[in-house]
Amino acid sequence: MYTATATDTHGHDHEHAPTGIMRWIASTNHKDIGTLYLWFSLFMFFFAGTLAMMIRAELFQPGLQLFQPGFFNQLTTMHGLIMIFGAIMPALVGFANWQIPLMIGASDMAFPRMNNWSFWLLPAAGLLLISTFFVPGGSIGGGWTMYPPLFIQGGIGYDMAILSVHLMGISSIMGAINIITTVLNMRAPGMTLMKMPLFVWTWFITAFLLIAVMPVLACAITMLLTDRNFGTHFFDAAGGGDAVMYQHLFWFFGHPEVYIMILPAFGIISTIIPTFSRKPLFGYVSMVYAVASIAFLSFIVWAHHMFTTGMPVAGQLFFMYTTMLIAVPTGVKVFNWISTLWRGAITFETPMLFALAFVILFAIGGFSGLVLALVPVDIQLQDTYYVVAHFHYVLFSGSAMAIMGGVYYWLPKWTGHMYDERLGKIHFWLTAIAFNITFFPMHFLGLAGMPRRIPDYALQFADFNMIASIGGFLLGASQLLFLYTVVKCVRGGAPAPARPWDGADTLEWTLPSPAPYHSFVTPPLVK
Amino acid sequence: MQSPTQTHHTDVYYVPSSSIWPIVGSIALLTLAAGFVLYLGKVAAGPYVMGAGVAILATMLFGWFSTVIKESLAGKYSDQVDTSFRWGMAWFIFSEVAFFSGLFGALFYVRLITLPSLGHADLVWPNFEGVWPSAGPGLNKTITPVGAWGIPALNTLILLSSGATVTWAHWGLQKGRQAQLKLGLALTVLLGALFLGLQIHEYAEAAFSIRDGIFGALFYMLTGFHGFHVLLGTVMLTIILLRAMAGHFTPDRHFAFEAVAWYWHFVDVVWLLLFVFVYWI
Repeated sequence: MYTATATDTHGHDHEHAPTGIMRWIASTNHKDIGTLYLWFSLFMFFFAGTLAMMIRAELFQPGLQLFQPGFFNQLTTMHGLIMIFGAIMPALVGFANWQIPLMIGASDMAFPRMNNWSFWLLPAAGLLLISTFFVPGGSIGGGWTMYPPLFIQGGIGYDMAILSVHLMGISSIMGAINIITTVLNMRAPGMTLMKMPLFVWTWFITAFLLIAVMPVLACAITMLLTDRNFGTHFFDAAGGGDAVMYQHLFWFFGHPEVYIMILPAFGIISTIIPTFSRKPLFGYVSMVYAVASIAFLSFIVWAHHMFTTGMPVAGQLFFMYTTMLIAVPTGVKVFNWISTLWRGAITFETPMLFALAFVILFAIGGFSGLVLALVPVDIQLQDTYYVVAHFHYVLFSGSAMAIMGGVYYWLPKWTGHMYDERLGKIHFWLTAIAFNITFFPMHFLGLAGMPRRIPDYALQFADFNMIASIGGFLLGASQLLFLYTVVKCVRGGAPAPARPWDGADTLEWTLPSPAPYHSFVTPPLVK
Repeated sequence: MQSPTQTHHTDVYYVPSSSIWPIVGSIALLTLAAGFVLYLGKVAAGPYVMGAGVAILATMLFGWFSTVIKESLAGKYSDQVDTSFRWGMAWFIFSEVAFFSGLFGALFYVRLITLPSLGHADLVWPNFEGVWPSAGPGLNKTITPVGAWGIPALNTLILLSSGATVTWAHWGLQKGRQAQLKLGLALTVLLGALFLGLQIHEYAEAAFSIRDGIFGALFYMLTGFHGFHVLLGTVMLTIILLRAMAGHFTPDRHFAFEAVAWYWHFVDVVWLLLFVFVYWI
């Protein structure tokens, strides 16, 4: 389907990119900064993925094989924290940087210098976080949720992790302010809000969520820091404090946070599926309202993470029902994607394969989420591998696979080369199959009662764990093919036409490939 | 669906060329964090490293804002850029609202849920009342809170007056009365400094410390972060005063002034909530 369409007619200011290291360190260009975000997230993806491989190696057989339990806790904690703050979120911000200005016809982000700062805080935070492995007492082992009292008891690495999360939070807030301002103020003439591509809508709403909840996380972890070092009693009942209060503060951030990681992924999927179905997105307006509804609901469901912590029955019922309500707008989205496919002229290029797998696998993750929303069931399943299976279905086959699909989709625009379609498809099938081998058995393990975050397990769990580990190693190795395919595409390949996908109709495809260093310096008029 | 055609706008959105200040800012915050970690680890060099971090941060802020001011005075910012600054500042203040909401959320949670439930935990702490203000059941401390109608009431009056003076200064700026602008700003800075002085005095006189249970923790966390914001606001107002004296503002272009004024009003509102829920009831 690579039909070249002669498009670029813009008399752009063809100023060339600055050269040398300062191009990247001092950049104010949304494309360069987007690229930095994406490479950073890929590095962190491999780092945290390596930790996951170590976890699966330990769990390959029952008994303590490789690591002491304390170090195992550090592996699970750091895997979670880095995947969330280092891999998924920066990757999505990378997409926002590259795509939002191109999709709304803006010359750049609203605050180009602050954009640079948002990125360059991340390597600083990553350095601080990863170096916790090398300090006395080791890295953090309290779980990525950083619950007290465990998190108050660890060594200096815990303080470093708190400060690192502070830096990442500052980065996120600045990035979100930048995105929200860009969407509100930088749209080309005629690009009304309800004409914006859905990817832009999802990021607009995500940015709002970020600004609303990252400061609450900052509150919670600042209290941890003072409880640890300055003698406060926020989370200590003897002083009138409350460890449960931490959980409320954390999950008031934490639940919107999971939508922060999935809404832009919805946006990517809502871009890819219409393109390869060669039909406009079905139910655009209802998609916008669905995203807004999910964002609203995300603020009133947080305590479903705390059903076993203890709360009044009225509270359990409230949070159970609000959680189940989320299935309604999410269902609207899934049905709209399916309706978009209906009678479409569908082709199955790599991005489309990832998008279709997303719809199916994310729906599985959504359904297991509904199971967990039921209070009596959740009390059984809390902290078991069922939960691990659930959130990997929404975070890996949800966010991460949407990111991969989006990378293949926009690589031609970013690099000016077509990626290797054969390698892309192999990568997709390896990933999709290995993912399910890894995580599907975890549903059974969880239902049978295997607790998470424990390096050892009872003998009856051995078979499923070995299967999951084999799948995990395959999943990890498959991502090396992803790296190879991306690098190969960056370095060369068939020249990409301006619009390699003939169903694509957003503004970035009116630009040549690769997109010029400065694009839409004078905004296009959108009809 | 979307067919772009070229239009010709006279003013192009200003995209600055590359800048070193963001990376300097990142180095500053990393240095500050590393110094803080060393300090917590009781390494003697810690405070010095933190000092270096603050110095680099100050250099960065000075350099970055100097650049922005120069660009602004050179007329590089179109109305659209001005609108971006307005949105940016508004959303920044919204993030601050979210931050203080978290702190107030903790206050209400402790007062309405934690303390009553600890009061009912008769098996563990049979004699604990669970009534605010409290240092908790296990510390054996009685809290004598700061009375609302002494210094806190005076501080309320001071901050409300400072909100009035900064608005008066704004009127002066809009009507081209530079003397009124400068006098209003100077008065606002003075009132801010007075507030901070009284706050420090109140801390010094207080009969409890941050270590004295949940009341001490919440009291110092809430008033401390607010006081820090007043400090930042006062510094920013001072800079705006200096810029006003240098003649940087015209009646129709002075967003820097307005941004700081918005911030100042926000800090004012937070104080009113603090006065009611921490000092008064």
